[in-house]
Amino acid sequence: MSRPVVELQAVSKQYSVGDQWVQALCEVSYSFYAGSFCAIQGQSGSGKSTLLHLLGCLDRPTSGRYLLNGQDVSQMDDHQLSAVRLSQIGFIFQSFHLIPQLTVRQNIQLPLTYLGWSSEQAEARAQELGALVDLASRMDHRPLQLSGGQQQRVAIARALANDPELILADEPTGNLDSATGKQVMDVLLQLNQAGKTILMVTHTPEIAAQASSAIHMLDGVIDRESP
Amino acid sequence: MNSRLREEILTGFKTLWLHKLRSFLTILGVVFGVGSVVAMLAIGAGASQQTLEQIERLGSRNILIRSVKLEAAGKADTRVRFPIYGLKYADAERFKGAFSGIEQVVAMKILEKRARLGGNHMDLRLVGTTANWFDVVEQPLLAGRLFTAEDERMQRKVCVLTRYTASKLLANQATLGQLIRIDSQLFEVVGIVDSADTVAGGTSMQTPDQVMDAYVPLSTARASYGDIHVKYSAGNRERSLIELHQIILQLVEPALVRSAARSIATTLERFHDQKDYAIDVPLELLQQTERTKRTFSIVLGSIAGISLIVGGIGIMNIMLASVTERTQEIGIRRAIGATKGMIIRQFLIEAVLLTVTGGLLGVAFGVGVPSVVEHFTDMPTQISLLSVVFSLIISILVGLAFGLYPAWKAAHLDPIRALRR
Repeated sequence: MSRPVVELQAVSKQYSVGDQWVQALCEVSYSFYAGSFCAIQGQSGSGKSTLLHLLGCLDRPTSGRYLLNGQDVSQMDDHQLSAVRLSQIGFIFQSFHLIPQLTVRQNIQLPLTYLGWSSEQAEARAQELGALVDLASRMDHRPLQLSGGQQQRVAIARALANDPELILADEPTGNLDSATGKQVMDVLLQLNQAGKTILMVTHTPEIAAQASSAIHMLDGVIDRESP
Repeated sequence: MNSRLREEILTGFKTLWLHKLRSFLTILGVVFGVGSVVAMLAIGAGASQQTLEQIERLGSRNILIRSVKLEAAGKADTRVRFPIYGLKYADAERFKGAFSGIEQVVAMKILEKRARLGGNHMDLRLVGTTANWFDVVEQPLLAGRLFTAEDERMQRKVCVLTRYTASKLLANQATLGQLIRIDSQLFEVVGIVDSADTVAGGTSMQTPDQVMDAYVPLSTARASYGDIHVKYSAGNRERSLIELHQIILQLVEPALVRSAARSIATTLERFHDQKDYAIDVPLELLQQTERTKRTFSIVLGSIAGISLIVGGIGIMNIMLASVTERTQEIGIRRAIGATKGMIIRQFLIEAVLLTVTGGLLGVAFGVGVPSVVEHFTDMPTQISLLSVVFSLIISILVGLAFGLYPAWKAAHLDPIRALRR
């Protein structure tokens, strides 16, 4: 197999809800390899969202180590984690999470603006990505003028803007009907074939079945994996 | 970097434009705060400019001494039938050469007289004075000549009229050399000078020259009318003996005025039993006006400060609401990789855009109001560029100060929770 993009070494996460401590992840050790497309399954409360947040550098583990592309990110401060998210990770969310007052083009450009690209370069890149997700004619629309499937494709284009190796998808088809959901899955599969590592949280077995591998979580640990 | 800032400003404008009415209502506080400051400063500056001009006319190098009637004067003294008070011829002589730095000493006798020429007649203020009056009080000569030291020595019955007096008396026969009758005496009109502007009094002092003046040599006035003045009021005849009504001292330079005024006061105290005179120093009035102006500015400044704080609180309020509303947007931006600093920057830019827009509208409002005021009243106004620039800088600072907390709050939201909203 190829080199690991993500290496988790005995990662735990606890947080408090009121006066109770919740053990969301319990000493999870696992590696995701470059070019893999893995579905993360499990019931609500199984820890899969927490895992996704940790993988996405939105949060830090309570204990254990997380190596992203060989770099230990588990002890980084907020500023460093922001830089890692900006340059190495692309996010896709269930409810698309586009910024409503910005146009499609501006939404796709957003990471590039933060990276400090010049507006000409960023516009050219946005146009290219818009074409990739088949939305070149809708670049000046607002997100709310688009259908759900189109919005999710905008979100995918945005996730690709900084050319990340790792794409994290949180129920990307959860808010879509099966036809548009299939379109979105096709885009993701295409990306995976092009070499992107995709980790996708999903409830739906049919969607999970399209990924090349899957893990199942229960009570903060990975209890099954396939294949 | 500059193109990025431009981008951010544009995005900020678009975001604010989404809530046009709300943004507009929010900045009203700043608009009226800045507007009233600019307007009030313009009106205030205009008013004090007027006062300053008037004081300037009194002469910053001059000291004015005038006779003052004492209420109780003469009553206790039963030997005299009428009060004797005021400045003496001797006082004027004493000032000449008494202090270094005194350039001119102008003595004045001021009499209320009725003048007549043919069918025209009027009540005028007859000023018996020395020839150097015309050096000290600047009145452009319009026709003829001024009277001279020679006229004074010879006690010639010549007089110089102001334009106003001349136009009243010489209405249809505008020629010099006419003989006018003042009381029982005839005077030859030798010259006409421009009348004083009558500016409504913002100061307690009157300018030395007035509109309805006629000037004659002091010696002539004394010889013709004597020193005893009779005033008829309510059927009573009130007599008093006054030698001189006013003395104007002109010094070489304004710096000497203060010390000269002090030594004059001492000298006069020595020679006068009672304080039957008053010393006015225009320069002091000038300084007093400056002080008043400063106080005025401080008061205005405080009002401005308060209204800008109120405006700023409005901005803060709406920015806090905006942060709450846009929690998810903040979460998205953070997830994509925006640092806390970038979020702070974004919200500060929005807050400053609000206050600067408010400041610009306020300046427009503050420039508009004085011109309307000036159009409908006689009040002069003066808009200073400084107050405009200052207001704009202040509105930027208000945006930064009151935008900082909401921006900080936005940046410190937990990205995961913010996303989940």
